[in-house]
Amino acid sequence: MEIFNFLVGGFVTAFEPLNLTLIIFGCTVGLFIGAMPGLGSVNGVAILLPMTFLVPPTSAIIFLGALYYGAMYGGAISSIMLGIPGASTAVATTFDGRPLALQGRADLALVAAATASFVGGTISVVLFTLFAPPLADAALAFGPPEEFTLMLLAFATFIGLGGDDIPKTFFSIFIGLVLSAVGLDIVSGQPRLIFFDLPGFYHGINFLVLAIGIYGIGEMLWTIETGQGEALLSKAKISARGIFDALISLKRSIKTMIMGSFLGYFVGILPAAGATPGSLMAYGVAKTISKDPDSFGKGNVDGVVAPEAANNAASTGSMLPMLTLGIPGSPTTAILLGGMVIWGLEPGPMLFVNHTEFVWGLIASLYAANVFALLINLAFIPAFLMVLKLPFTILAPIIFVLCIVGGFAPTKDMHDVWLMLIFGVVGYLMRKLDYPLAPAVLAIVLGPLAESSVRQSLIMSHGSFAIFVDRPISAIILAIAVILFVLPMIKLFKRKKNDQAVH
Amino acid sequence: MRKAELIMALCLALFSAGIMWKSTELPIGWIPNEGPGGGAFSFWLGLGMLLCCFAIIFRWFRRSSAPSRSSEPFMRPDTLKLFLLAAGSLTVMIAAIHFVGIYVSVPLFLIFYMRVLGKHGWSTIGAFAIVTPVLTFFFFEIALKITLPKGVTEPAFYPLYDIFF
Repeated sequence: MEIFNFLVGGFVTAFEPLNLTLIIFGCTVGLFIGAMPGLGSVNGVAILLPMTFLVPPTSAIIFLGALYYGAMYGGAISSIMLGIPGASTAVATTFDGRPLALQGRADLALVAAATASFVGGTISVVLFTLFAPPLADAALAFGPPEEFTLMLLAFATFIGLGGDDIPKTFFSIFIGLVLSAVGLDIVSGQPRLIFFDLPGFYHGINFLVLAIGIYGIGEMLWTIETGQGEALLSKAKISARGIFDALISLKRSIKTMIMGSFLGYFVGILPAAGATPGSLMAYGVAKTISKDPDSFGKGNVDGVVAPEAANNAASTGSMLPMLTLGIPGSPTTAILLGGMVIWGLEPGPMLFVNHTEFVWGLIASLYAANVFALLINLAFIPAFLMVLKLPFTILAPIIFVLCIVGGFAPTKDMHDVWLMLIFGVVGYLMRKLDYPLAPAVLAIVLGPLAESSVRQSLIMSHGSFAIFVDRPISAIILAIAVILFVLPMIKLFKRKKNDQAVH
Repeated sequence: MRKAELIMALCLALFSAGIMWKSTELPIGWIPNEGPGGGAFSFWLGLGMLLCCFAIIFRWFRRSSAPSRSSEPFMRPDTLKLFLLAAGSLTVMIAAIHFVGIYVSVPLFLIFYMRVLGKHGWSTIGAFAIVTPVLTFFFFEIALKITLPKGVTEPAFYPLYDIFF
């Protein structure tokens, strides 16, 4: 019952005029950003975070949360209409959404995507409401050793589940942590890693400089290259009657929606997994359990419903570790977490004790954002289709300008704008060579916390690393992390053995 | 692609070594009664980065990573041209901010980009080149109270400051 009271309080916060406006505005902006090919929730949140300094932290996170949600809805629009995923999270939606559109049933696909997103979002927010408070309670007992092993676990998921080149993933984690160490040493206060004695390095490297560099400038450079071809926009006739008919026909897909929601939610909690693999997995499961697996890829509604339910559920799932443990569950929540630090909040379980309005306002706003995103999505589908026709050569320079102003805003230092440009260009070149960059963004956000927790732990134990094994919770977390670190090596070893057996 | 993979790994290795060397400016060992020195964290991370680079180079020799097997060019000539135009014009714009400020360099950048890369009509370009900086001014300078760099154009804004502040 306590949860219920907090939730009601949360709704009071979420329905304050300013916050309600921001929810609607955030959903709309998110839908647009999601619908634009090449831009997803992570790009939107990174580029627009500096703009939220205008409003109090609670309103800011409500806006960004709504944007996150809207982008998950919006991604489906370009997947279906253009056959180009609006964001990586909507890749799986193209498999069946595009064939449906080509068959002239774009309206069914769009309504199915929106409805599934709504179901996925709602189920996951309910799960979130139930799970978050007990998890935060448990996390209150965590000390520096547990915090550190949790962070190791977050990084281990990238190694064990990320599926990228292992040395390159490690490199990405390390470089993110090193960049976070630039500035003044947290214990002695001495200047550290001041490259070329530039004064701009004394205030450290703000995580936004890296995040906007990679997800703003780098992403745009990436899209310039890949987004050159002209895509064919499908026609869609949207009428109230059509929407209603589509809704009725979706009754058969309810099971798939529920499956996708649960799967997406739990996959979303893992830092390295998140919405993209969650939606792909949901698609795979939907195909496996379907009575008619051959129709997948040729325009089966279940193939749209499963990934769309999953990616919305995953976006809520990734907020669970962010709010309760202070460990982000996705690159987008990593940026939100960094935002909390800027807003002067200490992420982690104490939020549930000291900042109930912030936490429950956010949770309640997710319920509301879900409803608004659905309504706005269905009501303004034609408007979103207009966005898809907007030439990229107008969009790109404006986003570049937003990045530069946004990179300048947090520190008011041109030094950071230059740094952001370097990160963007180098990040783009590294991405072409298969270096994963999300771990670096996660690492620069977690870096200061990781360093202080490991140093405090070692001070507690007088320099003995045994402290991470002696404490039961930390030992268990460490064990899971080690398994995840070793997992790819075992796979590699097995594959070699198989290769030898073949020869 | 193969050449790029090796060059990138070598550059990053050099950077890693630089981090390690830079970290030794602070104590990297154990300080009695105080804990690890200020440079320790970044020193060991730098070492980790260096080892990763060695692994990447090792895999390059064995041709066991995707880019080291690829015979595709790292960038096709038309991609390279687009990349250089976009990154180059961005660099020039940021450099120009130091001298003429954001409200001159941003419109110039928009005009250049939309005309040269997008080949849009002058009316479209003109609209975006005027509206973007105006919105930027109202949002950042008035609403957020973040003073953006203006370079030599600073005096031109005094009358505006008088109106709004």
